[in-house]
Amino acid sequence: MALEEKDVAKIAHLARLQVTDAELSAVASRLSTILNLIEQLQAAPTDGIEPMAHPMDAVQRLRPDAVTESNQRDAYQKIAPAVEDGLYLVPKVIE
Amino acid sequence: MHDKTLKQLADALAARQISSVELTGLYLDRIKRFDPQLNSFITVTESQALAQAAAADAARAAGKAVALTGVPIAHKDIFCTQGVKTSCASKMLDNFIAPYNATVVEKMNAAGLVMLGKTNMDEFAMGSSNESSFYGPVKNPWNTAFVPGGSSGGSAAAVAARLAPAATGTDTGGSIRQPASLCGITGLKPTYGRVSRWGMIAFASSLDQGGPMAQTAEDAALLLNVMAGFDPKDSTSTHIDVPDYTATLNDSIEGLRIGLPKEFFGEGLDADVEQCVRDAIREYEKLGAKVVEISLPNTHLSIPAYYVVAPAEASSNLSRFDGVRFGYRCNDPENLEALYKRSRGEGFGEEVKRRILIGTYALSAGYYDAYYLKAQKVRRLIKNDFDAAFANVDVIMGPTAPHAGFKLGEKAANPVALYLSDIYTIAVNMAGLPGLSLPAGQSNGLPVGLQIIGKHFAEARLLNVAHRFQQATDWHLQIPAAFA
Repeated sequence: MALEEKDVAKIAHLARLQVTDAELSAVASRLSTILNLIEQLQAAPTDGIEPMAHPMDAVQRLRPDAVTESNQRDAYQKIAPAVEDGLYLVPKVIE
Repeated sequence: MHDKTLKQLADALAARQISSVELTGLYLDRIKRFDPQLNSFITVTESQALAQAAAADAARAAGKAVALTGVPIAHKDIFCTQGVKTSCASKMLDNFIAPYNATVVEKMNAAGLVMLGKTNMDEFAMGSSNESSFYGPVKNPWNTAFVPGGSSGGSAAAVAARLAPAATGTDTGGSIRQPASLCGITGLKPTYGRVSRWGMIAFASSLDQGGPMAQTAEDAALLLNVMAGFDPKDSTSTHIDVPDYTATLNDSIEGLRIGLPKEFFGEGLDADVEQCVRDAIREYEKLGAKVVEISLPNTHLSIPAYYVVAPAEASSNLSRFDGVRFGYRCNDPENLEALYKRSRGEGFGEEVKRRILIGTYALSAGYYDAYYLKAQKVRRLIKNDFDAAFANVDVIMGPTAPHAGFKLGEKAANPVALYLSDIYTIAVNMAGLPGLSLPAGQSNGLPVGLQIIGKHFAEARLLNVAHRFQQATDWHLQIPAAFA
């Protein structure tokens, strides 16, 4: 399975990950090598096999629907790149 | 003092032969003196360590000391440590001061252990050579031209060079066992769910597991006693009682049935490594164990399945690094989309980006069934192999890695060649089983690891089996000459 540059550009957009035009060709080639490795899976007979999401087939544990966390906004915003009045700042989204 | 095991250091502290402040100072001095050669630490927390050590000494004076009070340890820089940089060896988190402690760190602190610092690793634990770190590669203390393994390469190198008596690690596809093998120490990946993942920066959530990296199985048992247990903050943590892992270390292994998978001794295995492993098995036979030939026929599919499951989960987990709430943000983004894309493009290294892209592709519309679902089905085939094998054997043994090590840069140009070095460890993560690597010989001056795989939650048995070997041999006591 070989990826083309336009495939990589699309995947990179989905992942919100910048891959520059100059990098596209090298990335496409590396990813294609990895996909070739993964391709071995297709030969495995898996008819009737249940997919396994958890090593012990455990289901997600639920907790009571009760408030357990305290407000730590100040502590968490201390490490943010840009905040103002308790809000996270990003470039303007709506003109 | 630095040639002592964790257990011996704990005994020396209990006997008041040395104080924790003295002992901590001794290791901090060793880090200063030797770490420039190894690069095994990202952050050394000298002042906090000395304060923790003073508190430990005070606790002992007040009669409140427990088993490991005052013993120094290093934490892999994937565990969040409150008020201390937690970088995951990424530019993305170079400025991240964790606002809370991982459960493992909380438990270690509560047990009186003293944190010396945070160890180097592959970026976001993605790698097998510790070359993908933003802070540069770690060197193997046995030969600094060689890699220490990865991703917990800093922890392994620091323990091997006795810059720390023990360390924490994490293992998603072999990241505790493989560096333990390459650096000649004892490393245990517990059963999935045995040790809390809370505050351990997530790579692949259905595979990740933290565990101890130490000189001996006895030391690993002492540490697992502290680390293991149910954690309400980790929804995948298991509610099963934690035994005292030191209580059964000396149990007899007479009649132990050791399974040797023929797939672990085939093409690709270095002849010296095979010889060391076969010698170790013979030692076990002398100790009363019986060898049974077994087969794990889907072993060859474990790497392809892993490189779907792990990147898919990573692409989801690493979506949190967006430049908005914490971590790296690019300069002057022209809009919100550019902020996301450039922060991630500039903040992540090459290997991390590759895995995010592979995972995104595998999960994208139209490909989910062919990749992710297929890999999950193969994952069950791999687990079924182990279930069938464990019907007839108590433990499975084989090499931890196909080679004793490789040189820095040797596999840098070809990621797939590097992936293949995890052939014997990855299946264990896929099945969620516990696995241990212990030093069992040397090849050209580099250590060789023996891997022991157990049934779910059989950590006590693994540690017992490893301890009995270490009572009969001295590979675990070897220290690289340059750091002796």
